[in-house]
Amino acid sequence: MSQLTLLTAKGITKRFGGVQALGDVSFTINHGEIYGLIGPNGAGKTSLFNVLTGIYTPDAGSFTFDGEPLDRLKPNEVAERGIARTFQNIRLFQNLSALENVMIGRHVRTKATVFGAVFRDKATVAEEAAIEKRAYELLEYVGVAKRANDLAKHLAYGDQRRLEIARALATEPKLLTLDEPAAGMNATETQALKRLLEDIRRDGTTILLIEHDMKLVMNVCDRVLVLDYGKKIAEGSAAEVQNDPKVIAAYLGGEVTLEKRA
Amino acid sequence: MSNQHRKKSIPPKVWAGVVLVAIALALLPFVAAMVGQAWVRILNFAMIYTMLALGLNIVVGFAGLLDLGYIAFYAVGAYVYALLASPHFGVHLPFWVILPMGAGLACIFGVLLGAPTLKLRGDYLAIVTLGFGEIIRIFLNNLNAPVNVTNGPQGVNLIDPFKIGSFSFTRPETLLGVSFSGPQKYYFMLLLLTIGVIVLNLRLQNSRLGRAWEAIREDEVAARAMGINTRNVKLLAFAMGASFGGIAGGLFSATQQFVSPESFGLFESIIVLAMVVLGGMGHIPGVILGALLLTLLPEVLRYTMEPLQMALFGRVLLDAETIRLLVFGIALVAIMLYRPAGLWPSAVRKRELEVKPETP
Repeated sequence: MSQLTLLTAKGITKRFGGVQALGDVSFTINHGEIYGLIGPNGAGKTSLFNVLTGIYTPDAGSFTFDGEPLDRLKPNEVAERGIARTFQNIRLFQNLSALENVMIGRHVRTKATVFGAVFRDKATVAEEAAIEKRAYELLEYVGVAKRANDLAKHLAYGDQRRLEIARALATEPKLLTLDEPAAGMNATETQALKRLLEDIRRDGTTILLIEHDMKLVMNVCDRVLVLDYGKKIAEGSAAEVQNDPKVIAAYLGGEVTLEKRA
Repeated sequence: MSNQHRKKSIPPKVWAGVVLVAIALALLPFVAAMVGQAWVRILNFAMIYTMLALGLNIVVGFAGLLDLGYIAFYAVGAYVYALLASPHFGVHLPFWVILPMGAGLACIFGVLLGAPTLKLRGDYLAIVTLGFGEIIRIFLNNLNAPVNVTNGPQGVNLIDPFKIGSFSFTRPETLLGVSFSGPQKYYFMLLLLTIGVIVLNLRLQNSRLGRAWEAIREDEVAARAMGINTRNVKLLAFAMGASFGGIAGGLFSATQQFVSPESFGLFESIIVLAMVVLGGMGHIPGVILGALLLTLLPEVLRYTMEPLQMALFGRVLLDAETIRLLVFGIALVAIMLYRPAGLWPSAVRKRELEVKPETP
């Protein structure tokens, strides 16, 4: 079982003043899974992300990632361990080209120092070439290679989302965490995103997905965790969660039943 | 196959351009000397300021950390040179020993400034760095008692000029049939060093580290999420920037042969920052342009404003110094209004990709 488990969260709690953003949230993510995280607005999804990726320190609880504890690490150390993320409000390096954005993602897996930069020794030159090659491959992988030399801020919205995924993938993550990647996308773009997520999973990266687009979540996720008011209210397969009365209540209020999908 | 792609052949047009620029730079001090040796000295100072501005550009332009006390590192470099190559302590080390020492000490000061300010950004960082710059200046001003280290406000005089063995850079001399004045010899020495500093900066920018700096400038949170150790990378920006400042300071000492604390006031910091901002933050050619303009333009105004007024009004209404600052100020405001990204902002760096399909 432990071989299967990639990430274990135990009793994660986070308070902001009097507000409890997360209360005793526990879950596990298995290798090779697409794990969904849903919940109404303000349920604590992004807080959970931020705690996981080291931006916030949890008040209680702990994460175990790939067999090692993940506590009190800085965001860059979390990335080094193999968790990469995207942001709910796209946070690209706006004034750098798409390619450079992805090249920066390679930072954590490369080694060149000041001396390498200044003297351009063989190893550094080779590393630079490899960084550029890999970055370009990743741009092709997510489908924005044509815009490689455009500034990130000049990319279309959907392309920016994809570029953020490419940048995250450049860090060679074991777990890719995506914060609402489909937000603002039209149906076609969402379809393409779904295919991309499946490709990423097929190529061996586990995905943790926060998403509001229920159709996408239900289609692509193996298991789903539902948060409401910072508490875990359900966990299970898409179908199980969809029919869970607590989930329906959280989204729609107690009386109404969720329309069943064909 | 891949070797074919890797080889970057430089087109003949670029070569021709390089040769032309090289010839122009080689002839420049002789042309300037026709107007007056003073202009050769002005060119020399322009190069020193170029190095200084490039150093600040690392901190402000690449890493996006607003530093208003940058002149402090220049002061450190200048005083290291002044104290180790002057009669003040009776020490006369050669310049190639002192310049690295000055750069090293400035680098240490850079880290000292950087370490406590890691979490500050924007205005707050500006205030702290401003204070740091003033602290250094005040120290230099007051370190003449109880032990006379810096000679206080009088400054250090009779600093050694550049010298390689018995080849002095101050004496006029005829080499290979061309007669060089002292400032002209300095010019070529400084030109070499400036080119070196420019190459270093270009290489730093186009490296893993340079990209990390730019990532921090663009979005620090995202940079950290991408695994960049922002603490180390920021410290490195301060350290590298300060080192270049230290080198420029040493060269200033050797060129001016006199230093005093008043050369390192807040106004100087602001001028250097103006060079970076006006030229185009983060864009090396832009910063060089900014540095050259802001050193040369005031001098041009100094030499032309009084004759111009005499010709127009028959008398001098405003003295050169006043009008110089006035024109300078108006120019700065105009540039910031009409070209807020600087005179020569960076374009997207196009990359030649090896993986590009070849067109037959």
